[in-house]
Amino acid sequence: MVIENLKHRPVRTLLSAIAIGVQVTMILTLVGVSRGMLQDMAQRARGTGADVLVRPPGSSIIGFSGVMPEKIAPVVLAVPHVAQVTATLVQPVGNISSITGINLEEFNKMSGGFRYLEGGPFQGPQDLIVDEVFARSEHVHLGDHVDQGIKWRVAGIVESGKLSRMFAQLRELQDLFSATGKVSVIYVKVDTPANIPVVIESLKEKLEDYKIYSVEEFTSLISVDNIPLLRRFIAVVIALAVIVGFLVVFLSMYTAVLERTREIGILKALGASPGYILGILVRETILLAVAGTAVGILMSYGTRTLMRVMAPTMTQVIVPDWWPWAALIALVGSLIGALYPGLKAARQDAIEALAYD
Amino acid sequence: MIEVRDLKKTYHVGEVDVHALRGVNLSVERSEFVAVIGPSGSGKSTLFHILGGLTPPTSGTVYIDGQDLLGMTDGQRTELRKKSVGFVFQKYNLLPTLSAADNIAIARDIAGRPRESDQAFDQILKLLGLEGRLHHKPRALSGGEQQRVAIARAIVNHPAILLADEPTGNLDTENSQAVLGVLRDLNTRMGQTILMITHNPEAAAYGHRIVKMLDGRIVD
Repeated sequence: MVIENLKHRPVRTLLSAIAIGVQVTMILTLVGVSRGMLQDMAQRARGTGADVLVRPPGSSIIGFSGVMPEKIAPVVLAVPHVAQVTATLVQPVGNISSITGINLEEFNKMSGGFRYLEGGPFQGPQDLIVDEVFARSEHVHLGDHVDQGIKWRVAGIVESGKLSRMFAQLRELQDLFSATGKVSVIYVKVDTPANIPVVIESLKEKLEDYKIYSVEEFTSLISVDNIPLLRRFIAVVIALAVIVGFLVVFLSMYTAVLERTREIGILKALGASPGYILGILVRETILLAVAGTAVGILMSYGTRTLMRVMAPTMTQVIVPDWWPWAALIALVGSLIGALYPGLKAARQDAIEALAYD
Repeated sequence: MIEVRDLKKTYHVGEVDVHALRGVNLSVERSEFVAVIGPSGSGKSTLFHILGGLTPPTSGTVYIDGQDLLGMTDGQRTELRKKSVGFVFQKYNLLPTLSAADNIAIARDIAGRPRESDQAFDQILKLLGLEGRLHHKPRALSGGEQQRVAIARAIVNHPAILLADEPTGNLDTENSQAVLGVLRDLNTRMGQTILMITHNPEAAAYGHRIVKMLDGRIVD
């Protein structure tokens, strides 16, 4: 009966499932983008080739805006087993993007070098190297000028995966933004991986209060759980999703109950208890929520494709571990939505319902 | 089988009391086929609803198959409808989304019995002439066929009484005779107790006896 009821109004069933699907997609896309961007950030951190990184005291995991004296770099290099260091300055530009100032020679040595898809290294003072994702996203070509408060000329487009999306020369960036002698992160290469703990220990002794992480530790810390603001934002979106699910199912079930008033009367005349009638609506709701979840999961693949085309810098990953949660959230919202119409149906007077036309 | 004494039913409509039944006395024996006739507003439908456990009586005694309906809770009246009473309505009242077979099966399901038909019931379906029509939805059935499906659904759980409210009210003469013939067959061959409300004197003549109602009382 449950399936027949849903089949009886195919358009309403389809629209309800799609609306629940949108709710599921909202959640999966948000979580997928959050995780995707953080994973991308972690991957780019690994792309530096560094084993350890040193950051200013009090700096957060995500923000790179804190600065420290550049003269710390030789101190770090002097630590036993440190093979190489390179300092970078992260300068926020525009709304949420940033340019990373690097010493190209040092950075190439540590990371293995950029792979240029177009152009080459810096030629002039206000030259910029961008990665392919940024170039595709901003429709930037070699020789173009990028206005980030200051007009930069694109000298090279490189394969992505190394530290940042926009690179400038460290000295130039320091001078332009009044940060002479300041850097945001010092990347450290250790002679052998086995010595990483020893180097970290030595650095902690020498640079009290500074944040010193192995790259593995740093990348493991880049997660949604460690960013309270993002966690709260996800919670807000989930709450909105529950409300959307509730409203969709409420309206769908409410109209279904009104439309089926006579049928409910018939069931009551046959001896159906309120629980039996409520059970039919609950099972219909569960089916709708399951169908909606499936639709939502499929749509999250669609949003990923859409992101790749429309916002290449926003990496969305598919998050199968969140599918059960999204299904549960859809189910809870839907069941709350079905509750009032269901109780209304269950309490309907049989004689009035049978007289309903 | 049915024992009604001084049955009264008063509806409160706004601030007005409407006395639908004003002291009905009625006895129906097991396997009896009784036709109830009377003009609109005479209380036939109210009597039908009380006997079927759809609404509680205001006062008096009503016994169906040994169960006293006065003071029954909603849950007890639901049990009564599930197990002891079968309804046939003028408008057939089949569930439009289900096939004829499923319309019958859902009554079994509600009663907590297996949905599959038993051999004895297959014989009844044969008697009702529904073989070959069971997998059609109501919209694909004629009025007569729909009413026969409704009868099958009403008796699938072997109720003590079958209450039929104007069962031929929406049917042409030929289908009316077929449905009335089925009711009479159920009564004579299977001993089904039937209480039928009708406006039609020819339909009423199918019963063993006719009870006439007027102004909330049985007058004849």
